[in-house]
Amino acid sequence: MSKFQFPESIASRPTYGSLKSRPGKAHLMIADAEGAEAILDLAAQDAGLMAKSHVIYIPSGSGAGLSERLRGLKPAQYYEGPSYAAAVPRIRRVLSDAHMGLQVYLCGTEGLMGQAMNEATAAGIPHSAIQTEHRGSIARRMQCVHCKGITENVTTDPFVCAHCGLNLFVRDHYSRRLAAFQGVCIDAEDPGNVPNPVELYK
Amino acid sequence: MTIQFNKETFRDDYSFRNSDWAIKRFPFPFHEDSYMYSVNMEQHRGGPPGSVYEKRFDVDEHYLAEMEDRAIVLAEDPLRCQSLPHMTLAGWDTLELIMTCKSEDYPDLFELHRDGKRWRWVNKPMGIDHSFTFLDETTLPCGPLEYITRQTQGDFAVLDQRDEMLWMDAGTVTTQADWSLDFDIGMNFFEWHAPVPMAHELGIFKRALKFLLNVQQGAPARRLNWTMTVNPLLDTSPENYHKWGIQKTTLTPENIGAKQHLRVELQTFFRLPRSNALLFPIRCYLIAFQDIVSVPKWGRRLHRVVRDLPDELATYKGFIANRPMMLDYLGQYDDGRPTSPGIWPDLETEPPLDMGR
Amino acid sequence: MTAAPQNTKAGAEKIAVTVSAVVPLNDLVTRFEFTRPDGAAFPPFSAGAHTVVEMRDQGRTRLNPYSLMSDPSDPSIYAISVRRDDQGRGGSLFMHRNVKVGDAMTLTYPVNLFSLDLRGRKHVFLAGGIGITPFMAMIAQLEQSNGNWELHYACRSEALGTYADQLRSHYPNKVHVYFDDQNQAIGLEDLLDGQPLGTHVYVCGPKGMIDWVHTTAAEHGWPSENVHSEEFLAPQPGKPFEVRLCKSDITIQVGEHESLLEAMERCGVDAPFLCRGGACGQCETDVVEADGEFVHRDHWLDDDDHACGKKIMPCVSRFVGKTLVLDR
Repeated sequence: MSKFQFPESIASRPTYGSLKSRPGKAHLMIADAEGAEAILDLAAQDAGLMAKSHVIYIPSGSGAGLSERLRGLKPAQYYEGPSYAAAVPRIRRVLSDAHMGLQVYLCGTEGLMGQAMNEATAAGIPHSAIQTEHRGSIARRMQCVHCKGITENVTTDPFVCAHCGLNLFVRDHYSRRLAAFQGVCIDAEDPGNVPNPVELYK
Repeated sequence: MTIQFNKETFRDDYSFRNSDWAIKRFPFPFHEDSYMYSVNMEQHRGGPPGSVYEKRFDVDEHYLAEMEDRAIVLAEDPLRCQSLPHMTLAGWDTLELIMTCKSEDYPDLFELHRDGKRWRWVNKPMGIDHSFTFLDETTLPCGPLEYITRQTQGDFAVLDQRDEMLWMDAGTVTTQADWSLDFDIGMNFFEWHAPVPMAHELGIFKRALKFLLNVQQGAPARRLNWTMTVNPLLDTSPENYHKWGIQKTTLTPENIGAKQHLRVELQTFFRLPRSNALLFPIRCYLIAFQDIVSVPKWGRRLHRVVRDLPDELATYKGFIANRPMMLDYLGQYDDGRPTSPGIWPDLETEPPLDMGR
Repeated sequence: MTAAPQNTKAGAEKIAVTVSAVVPLNDLVTRFEFTRPDGAAFPPFSAGAHTVVEMRDQGRTRLNPYSLMSDPSDPSIYAISVRRDDQGRGGSLFMHRNVKVGDAMTLTYPVNLFSLDLRGRKHVFLAGGIGITPFMAMIAQLEQSNGNWELHYACRSEALGTYADQLRSHYPNKVHVYFDDQNQAIGLEDLLDGQPLGTHVYVCGPKGMIDWVHTTAAEHGWPSENVHSEEFLAPQPGKPFEVRLCKSDITIQVGEHESLLEAMERCGVDAPFLCRGGACGQCETDVVEADGEFVHRDHWLDDDDHACGKKIMPCVSRFVGKTLVLDR
């Protein structure tokens, strides 16, 4: 089961829903790993949807069978890329001449959804009009508030900033603009006193 | 009145001091012997002569030192001043509002001469005499928001108003109570307040938002907020927390009166006319515990407020670990007598401290 | 915190003005221009803002909101354009019949409930009839900042096309006018489908036009955040009713042709307001007790609020029944 129920948290922490087919002439779906399952569920709701859809999929090593099933939905356009970074130029190109009414569906990990949402909002779609559904890993994309570096795939609290090496605790405070949660030095008031890392949501 | 500007620092040797004048006009934030969140808004239309509420943008003895501190912070970290692209007009609004208010309220310190779009701005304390073209960014050395907030005490958040919501889309933030503009820029009113405990459940932010959405041109509003800071450090930013956090552990019973400061924010709200955005200046006033207790009423009351504050709030405000030491110190200045209502020092009418019992 | 004695007044701050020009534009619409008697500059305003005009009509005070349609960058005048409504409550008739150059009047500071979304890559204006007025100011503001805009303007006929000629000659490539009597209509569906991402559409006109734009845009996948509208509701007449105001400790009668808010003001109750058209939320009032039916007409309260009977917007809503007690 790739779905995870995040506990209720503060107002800045994003919440995710279940993708629903919406009216519109063009549909853009961006997914990674188990996010493909959410597209499969979405396609099952609306027989006519995939013929109007452009699917961008990053399997991230966990989706060989899922790739085949996505292709089998016969989307109008299908792209599979080795990483999110590799897909970005294509995402920007698609958004650059899209028209109002384009529906955007994001599904998979929080890091993918956050970064793709940033592209869509930068192109002029309000964030509240973009649908999201979480699937797969609960790893987080964290910004170190001190050095500003982003550490990807954080799974423990506290963790070590990949850039400056400070020990950071994981906050639920989230910036859409950075597509990252906030990491703050855990031992500032008692240097060296760093608790053992615990897996997130354990 | 001519203000004598202090030569002082808010870092390293911390030579910041309040004069007797500054102590008596300090915006003490507690109107009764206990504290709980409230929307506590009132109109910002002057106040008693000499008080920090009298002028629309208060200028005091710390002006030049605070502007020097801001320049240091911005040189180290330019991300403390940011403006999303659609907020430039609100930046000009801010510049116009502050220049107009300061030149009207402090004609001996500031002058604004307008000839159509050709403006000349004179800031005597800072030695600035600059002519520029209003609404033409190429005639300023930096963006309009940065230009004017490098010359005005307090942090500035500029809030865009859209879809019945306020959005933190620009600001200059170098004297903040532990929040990051760089992280929070672009958030809505509920999101940037998300880390504040309890207040959401009390409905405080819903009511505050409703009020703020309706702040109208020509009718600004204000409220007070407060926290605690060890040493008169203006830049208590999350960005530098790994550097200043350790200072919280340097308090001793001997130095607490001089080192522990009450930090009060005079928050004001102005509707900006050209952009329809909301300007949210957050002016920080610091005062050492030893100066607070020189006003008997304030000493009594601060002891009671700190003693009775819920743990969640003491944690959020960052002084839960130091609370016992604070109470030991403040307890010496609380003789149990009743205090008069309201925030004013009431030095003439409140009895002096009597620990004889 | 109580730092200063508070003198809270209802409504926005006021500005004393002199009528400097009265310009009939066609059979129905007249423009009124105002200057300040002391020659001072007007407060700057943002396009889309309205002002509430105070009219002294034979002992009765009328307060009507009108969009400011002058150029926001010109601080020397404020201007409004008023369509005469022969079936209305009399405010527009008063303006047309009684207001002359040189008259002293009072306006409120500008209040904006219909502002431009300055993030917009492109702004598409849809005007119906007198709904053109806020767009006059928006166009002037966007022209100053080289904004990307276009206007689609539906009018009854060439004779009643207020400002249509002026707009077409100034901006021939951006202004599209449609005349009902020539069977011309805005091709809304194609217009919406063709817009680039980041476009915002603004509609001002009759209620049917506003609803049509919102519904069509939603059907075409537009986010609601990108569709903006302003509709001032005029209070509608209704059966007289009685209200108990418990804070003021008086019982008042609301007449057939006045709103609850106006009745409160007539009786000396200082009730808050801004837009007087059911949109801003400022006059929201708690219901203490009610035995009867509410006639809610505002845009402010949500359906749940309307259903629960605990709140009322006195500027446009009414009551039919035995007892109504308000917390005012």
